Amino acid sequence: MSTQQQPALSLRNLTRVHGSGATEVHALRGIDLDVHPGELVAVMGPSGSGKSTLLTIAGGLDTPTSGQVYVEGTDITALNIKGLAALRRRSIGYVFQDYNLIPALTAAENVALPRELDGISARKARTEALAALAEMDLGHLADRFPDEMSGGQQQRVAIARALVGDRRLVLADEPTGALDSETGESVLALLRSRCDAGAAGVMVTHEPRFAAWADRVVFLRDGAVVDQTVRSDADSLLTGRAAQR
Amino acid sequence: MSIRHGLLALLERGPRYGSQLRTEFESRTGSAWPLNVGQVYTTLSRLERDGMVVQDGEDEAGHPLYAITDSGRVELRSWFENPVDRTSPARDELAIKLAMAVGAPGVDIRDVIQSQRRHTVRAMQDYTRLKAQALTTVEKNGARERDDIAWLLVLEQLIFQTEAEARWLDHCEYRLIRLSSTAPAAGPEPASPGTVTGAAGTGTQAGAGAEEAARHRP
Repeated sequence: MSTQQQPALSLRNLTRVHGSGATEVHALRGIDLDVHPGELVAVMGPSGSGKSTLLTIAGGLDTPTSGQVYVEGTDITALNIKGLAALRRRSIGYVFQDYNLIPALTAAENVALPRELDGISARKARTEALAALAEMDLGHLADRFPDEMSGGQQQRVAIARALVGDRRLVLADEPTGALDSETGESVLALLRSRCDAGAAGVMVTHEPRFAAWADRVVFLRDGAVVDQTVRSDADSLLTGRAAQR
Repeated sequence: MSIRHGLLALLERGPRYGSQLRTEFESRTGSAWPLNVGQVYTTLSRLERDGMVVQDGEDEAGHPLYAITDSGRVELRSWFENPVDRTSPARDELAIKLAMAVGAPGVDIRDVIQSQRRHTVRAMQDYTRLKAQALTTVEKNGARERDDIAWLLVLEQLIFQTEAEARWLDHCEYRLIRLSSTAPAAGPEPASPGTVTGAAGTGTQAGAGAEEAARHRP
């Protein structure tokens, strides 16, 4: 991973305090984190460690008490509501545990929607959506409605929607939470391949097996980063056969 | 790990010589458990002594070949038919380490847990990447390459094993937090080290989160 490249996401000294006085809760205490294009980062930690708060602030769905959130170089905490909405639509894809596809729209229409909101023509948005679905081997689902798809299929369509157009930052909140492990794996494989193709991903999960698909695993405890792991060169782990492949 | 039965399984496919067995064993298991030639020959001579293999000529290059016997086949069949024994678990260094860390003076057990968790998750990241590669290979070569499939199964076993360890570490941490938050502030002293009490089991557990126990000796 190149560090010269501008990070897709940078968090700087991020804090978030809920409530005040005696009921004050420090959800985040000075988080610094950079995520570069091509990198998938998993955030793990016990419940209440602040991992969901981190993601919602990174996605502009919540505002920090102090600190900055840079998305492709722009400090989103300095934007007004309109500017933030536009940037979120253009730059950030969000994937939720419960897929959040619009039930009345087909897969292709769901994927096309953010592009239509960007103001491009419906026809062009559909073309882009079909291309995005095809690229992720989901072309056969284009005309299905959410209730005609399995959970895993819906979640993969949600990832396509998160990354359609020029968006290169995907934030995923327990994306496999509602899926069995086999299907969860197919969702992770897709996320992984999108990051290998240049997207930046941040995923909150409590499942070590899914976190293991990431390049880096960040451990939160009580609102602070306590530790992180970087994936090594796997060929050095199991030598011999592995290295020959 | 049963090298013995592994070798019998390979010999059932036809006579082989020592270093060939080693290569095939490793390509089946992806070098996860490397063998040296010495181990192979020691095992072969024990199998020969027990009548499960016999020396059976040489190949063109003059390597002595070994072949499985009928009683070797009976042994192999029974290995596949019977479960691997789990009633006498192997000694687990991590479990021993955490058991010793409970209440150990100057040791923060949460740090012990976290440093292990980092290491374990990192190993999982490596196995997962190897698995993704192996999956691609299997999809490309089809299900006919037995070695590719065997390697995938071994990798997945390593992933499941490390996953179980990571989950157990999470569980230990929750358990310790819960016990330390419910521990009575000024209740009866938990057993101090070296003092054996009647309720030995609960005594050690109550001391789990509280290094103080060691300092507040009665």
